[in-house]
Amino acid sequence: MAADRIFGLVMALVALGYLLSAYQIQTSFLSDPMGPRIFPYLIGGFTLVCALILVVRPDANAVWPGLATLLQLAIALAVLLGYASAVRPLGFLIPTAVAAGVLSWQINPKPLTAVLTGVGLSVGLFVLFKMVLGLGLHAFPRDWF
Amino acid sequence: MDLFSNLAMGFATAVTPYTLMLAVIGCFIGTIIGALPGLGPSNGVALLIPISFSMGLDAMAALVLLTSVYYGAMYGGRISSILLGIPGDEPAMMTVLDGYPMAKQGRASDALVISGVASFVGAFLATIGLMLLAPVLSRVAYQFGPAEYFALYLLAFCTLGGVGSNNQAKSALAALIGLGIAMVGLDQTTGMERFTFGEMHLMDGVDFLVAIVGLFAVSEVFVFIESHGKNSAIGVKLGKVTVPWGALKRTWGAMLRGSGVGFIAGILPGAGASLGSFLAYVLEKGVAKDKSAFGKGAERGVAAPEAGNNAAAGGALIPMLTLGVPGSGTTAVLLALLLTLNITPGPLLFTERADVVWGLIAALLIANVVLLIMNVPMVKIFVKILMVPSYVLLPGVTMIAFVGIFSLTGSGFDMQMMVAFGVLGYVCRKLDIPTVPIILGILLGNAMEDNLRRAMVLSNGDWGYLFQSGISIGLWTAAILGFVAPLFLRGFLKKPALPEANED
Repeated sequence: MAADRIFGLVMALVALGYLLSAYQIQTSFLSDPMGPRIFPYLIGGFTLVCALILVVRPDANAVWPGLATLLQLAIALAVLLGYASAVRPLGFLIPTAVAAGVLSWQINPKPLTAVLTGVGLSVGLFVLFKMVLGLGLHAFPRDWF
Repeated sequence: MDLFSNLAMGFATAVTPYTLMLAVIGCFIGTIIGALPGLGPSNGVALLIPISFSMGLDAMAALVLLTSVYYGAMYGGRISSILLGIPGDEPAMMTVLDGYPMAKQGRASDALVISGVASFVGAFLATIGLMLLAPVLSRVAYQFGPAEYFALYLLAFCTLGGVGSNNQAKSALAALIGLGIAMVGLDQTTGMERFTFGEMHLMDGVDFLVAIVGLFAVSEVFVFIESHGKNSAIGVKLGKVTVPWGALKRTWGAMLRGSGVGFIAGILPGAGASLGSFLAYVLEKGVAKDKSAFGKGAERGVAAPEAGNNAAAGGALIPMLTLGVPGSGTTAVLLALLLTLNITPGPLLFTERADVVWGLIAALLIANVVLLIMNVPMVKIFVKILMVPSYVLLPGVTMIAFVGIFSLTGSGFDMQMMVAFGVLGYVCRKLDIPTVPIILGILLGNAMEDNLRRAMVLSNGDWGYLFQSGISIGLWTAAILGFVAPLFLRGFLKKPALPEANED
């Protein structure tokens, strides 16, 4: 219930922001009869309506995870975001081993298995993608060698 | 005969030792993806598009590989349905109802063989149907102008929302989120920036592959961590696999009926394979004399939904190829594949790129035969792979998602956006908001706006033009009906409860 309402409110705010931003789209003098603003207006308007329906008539929702699980989810999110920023500068092997290891540990909290999984996946996927499939990956940070 | 010469041309383009090898690899990977709980045809194909693209495969090779994966995943879904009592993917849900009880009675091998043959029958007949029907429909599609296309896109969103979700407001919201995201970037007509907020990376818009991999694959990480991978224990042992000829003979009627129903369900925009297998099961139960056997391990209850879901997978390709409007999550992903390969589906595809269409059809026929061989005598290999523990599998899948997007775009920004889509997918899953309309919105948003604007150019800004031709009135009516009718049919279409896994 509450979750649907909150989501509806958030989406309503997003829709308002979207409409405002659509209002600021520059039109060119060489425009068609409709121009670049109308369709975004329609989207924003209908989103607002649907979001408000959700606020007024929410469904019964699934159970939300407890605090401990939320923490785990936050860790996973941090790992993924960190990986997204790290894999370019640091090369494939090290970030992949760390990220895969942490995710593995989150599912099955045995440190040794997690380390082995991380290293194994990192090396295995590198061999598969770089050597067999020929994708352009770098193993290590570029200034190491 | 036109049909045969076309088909011969298709085989000539699709059959080389290299593409045959790709078909075998694709079928193998696809079956694994389908069999693993949590990975289905849509996220499987989504994961592999960026990778096959970065490998520099040409259009035909990529098509063969990924359609094999698509069909393979449709076959593979039944394996975990039968052995674990957990559907490997959504369309395989109905197979659990009778497949898992059969496995518990020690008839796992029979269930696997029957469902494998049923999958073949369904997919094979649907591919034939595709060959016969698609060219006809593409001729009708020639009469579509911008107003009709706009109505058609609307129809896809409405039926997808009406049939696929329990709450119309939520599915409409999902479609609108997708459409809203599609607007980001430079406006195609005037070249003006929209919703970029001065961010260079957003000038080209949001890459739909980033969105698809994020929504379908990365969101799985969060769902999995929340559930602690509870769904990963092997349930039933599989003995020696033999072919139960008698049972196959008893169920061929069910297979044919399932194929017919599934094929029709697949053609309808927005319905897709899940509805196909559901309707096939309901019909089979309806025509059976002994209804009490269903749910307790009826052979026909395994054959019908498997034939249905595979036939629907073939049928769903028809609107996708002829009109450019996908009917399900997986065909939306296949549409993304075609767009990535610079192939625009639509009526022109059948005349201008006939080699692609018929090559694709030939690839589907080849994949089917390969899959029948893989899924009946060699099914034990896949059962072994099901035992890969989730703490290896899940990090592996996640890293593959990253590698795909990274080698495609080479940008950290895109990977972060992919993670953001993963979070969105998780939140949607928790709130029971379907994610397929989001994908469809991102894929079709620009074409939808473009057609609307072209219609307005033709009519000089008169909105009544949208409702002038007979075709567009029909499409608008169907769209409204498709959106509203499920409100009243919901009681009738209620899904039966799944049997408890590992109850003993």
